[in-house]
Amino acid sequence: MSTPEPAARELTLAEAIREALAEEMRRDPRVFIIGEDVAEAGTPFKVLSGLVAEFGPRRVIDTPISEAGFTGIAVGAAVTGMRPVVDIMFGDFITLTMDQMVNQAAKIHYMSGGSLRVPMVLHTTLGATRRSAAQHSQSLHAWFSHIPGLKVVLPSTPYDAKGLLKSAIRDDNPVAFFEDKMMYKMKGAVPQGDYLVPLGIADIKRSGKDITLVATSSMVQVALSAAELLSPIGIEAEVIDPRTLFPLDKQTLIASAKKTGRAIVVDEGYERYGVTAEIASVIAEGAFYDLDAPVKRMGARDVPVPFSPVLEDLTVPTPESVAEAARTLCETISAS
Amino acid sequence: MGQSSIPVLQRGDGFREVLPEKWVNMYRQLVKIRSFEKQVNELYLTAKMPGLAHLYIGEEAVAVGVCEALRTDDYITSTHRGHGHCLAKGASVERMFAELLGKAAGYCRGKGGSMHIADQDRGNLGANAIVGGSAGIAAGAALSAQMRGADQVAVCFFGEGALGQGLLYEVMNMAALWKLPVIYVCENNLYNEYTHYSETTAGTVTARPEAFGIPARTIDGQDVRAVYFAAANCVERARTGQGPAFLECLTYRFHGHFVADINRAYYRSRQEEQEWETQRDPIHRLASWLVEQKWASAESLDKIQAEVQMEITAGLEFALQAPFPDASEVDQHVYA
Ligand SMILES: Cc1ncc(C[n+]2csc(CCOP(=O)(O)OP(=O)(O)O)c2C)c(N)n1
Repeated sequence: MSTPEPAARELTLAEAIREALAEEMRRDPRVFIIGEDVAEAGTPFKVLSGLVAEFGPRRVIDTPISEAGFTGIAVGAAVTGMRPVVDIMFGDFITLTMDQMVNQAAKIHYMSGGSLRVPMVLHTTLGATRRSAAQHSQSLHAWFSHIPGLKVVLPSTPYDAKGLLKSAIRDDNPVAFFEDKMMYKMKGAVPQGDYLVPLGIADIKRSGKDITLVATSSMVQVALSAAELLSPIGIEAEVIDPRTLFPLDKQTLIASAKKTGRAIVVDEGYERYGVTAEIASVIAEGAFYDLDAPVKRMGARDVPVPFSPVLEDLTVPTPESVAEAARTLCETISAS
Repeated sequence: MGQSSIPVLQRGDGFREVLPEKWVNMYRQLVKIRSFEKQVNELYLTAKMPGLAHLYIGEEAVAVGVCEALRTDDYITSTHRGHGHCLAKGASVERMFAELLGKAAGYCRGKGGSMHIADQDRGNLGANAIVGGSAGIAAGAALSAQMRGADQVAVCFFGEGALGQGLLYEVMNMAALWKLPVIYVCENNLYNEYTHYSETTAGTVTARPEAFGIPARTIDGQDVRAVYFAAANCVERARTGQGPAFLECLTYRFHGHFVADINRAYYRSRQEEQEWETQRDPIHRLASWLVEQKWASAESLDKIQAEVQMEITAGLEFALQAPFPDASEVDQHVYA
């Protein structure tokens, strides 16, 4: 379990992200930020506030509203020696970057037989329940996770956010980095100065012996709350955050499922053909003979995200729904 | 507005500034592309080449005129019809044939093929099989040069079919705003595949860049001298921080859209083809001018043709003998 040393300060997730960017930009003059309202405005979520004051508008570049265009420009800058961080305001808008990410960035290294590299980060958001309706609430990280050549990172704590973003910026591949916009104000201990959280290493956020809850991004908090609900009724849940969807730390997930014999995968992307399906199949294949129940998936409800709060709240997993599903799974008697 | 910023071809002194050897070398380059492409067609017709190719025959003066105005460390991005750009930027015939045949000695270790050849050592950031798909990459390379304080420029080659792609306009807008050293070279060969461009393109071509304040000029793409002078002028502007420029080069592909496009009567007449072939062949034009200027004799040009043919034959031989990649390479270079 990677926990920061006790002396660390508390930062919000937004502050942790900003600190990672500032440290990397100080360390490496090739790193720059490009996107809409990233400079003085610091993005609508104020995640980047203050960076332009230190690094100037030539390294914190405000663009026109041209997601495909500036993502493409970042690809070109990356293959010619820079390390851009592209900011896409809402994760829903990654649809507009698809050709540049999928057909260009993801394939250039392979298509060139290894001669060209695309060290860039696409930094964006995910997550519903902000009452923003169908075009500002989706969690589309599965789209990039599907593509060989891309890496996909979803931090769930301020500590992880800082360490993972630094690793993403130093990675020589295109990396998509998704933050749940509902987590920007979440506080947590973050060490001062440089540290890395490597890509491809899952983190056990809570140990338990009865059921494995694999959860990503803000669903980690949901799973941890579910675990608190389960503990009094005698079910100890293990909560694992893969932290990166590619590379995926299959061993840790499988080992936990083998130990507990039951698993639920919780992710805020659409359930069908999604991240939960992939991880459930990894566990099913890897831990089949140790499982006491089928692996359960809990994703976003397969509907466009509705506006009305009473409807929107039905679309995402909650501590109660996860705890209920866990309880039901634990009642399943082993067939053997 | 733009027309005045790119001077017209100077019939007087301008020509004299260019050494005769340079024109003769351009002749060699034109011939090399022509011979290479004829050989590619032959490979297709004799079923020796996997897949397909889009031949550049007829359009050679555009690539040669532009690339002769560039330095080795300047960048280009290319298209599905990219062999000419690649050769004009200095690529080796051997490694190009090897790539077309899917051999490990190819520029992309056989993983790219005809539509993806990249040659990093000569600034060729790659051909691109997405129409207009490299517009962002070219502008990004230009931004990168600007940020690094290098005086490199980037050329974005594209067919007039790419005028239908929004990315191009997003990127031209940013290139103009930020004075990026990027030169847009539109190869107007009249057809988007099998459709005359007048059916797909409202307004004029040059009005598009001019709307962004990018100087633009329409030139005879069959006259390597016109292309060279216009390109040299654009390069000079870009290198000295005066921003992007746009050249519409009027040209024609003598062959089909791709090697198997043999019966073309349904979209263009044989008469039209013959007119271009007999009256507007860029190689004949330069040859007769060189002889007229007494800078070359018919014999010396024949000698060049023979030398080039030897290079092509040797290059092909090399590629035919070269081994295919090892099966283990299929998983290599997905990630850097
Ligand atoms: C985005 C995209 N749409 C369609 C195609 C299929 N396609 C390949 S070449 C081509 C025509 C391109 O015409 P133009 O840009 O004028 O180039 P030319 O082939 O004439 O050199 C089309 C439609 C493609 N490769 N990419």
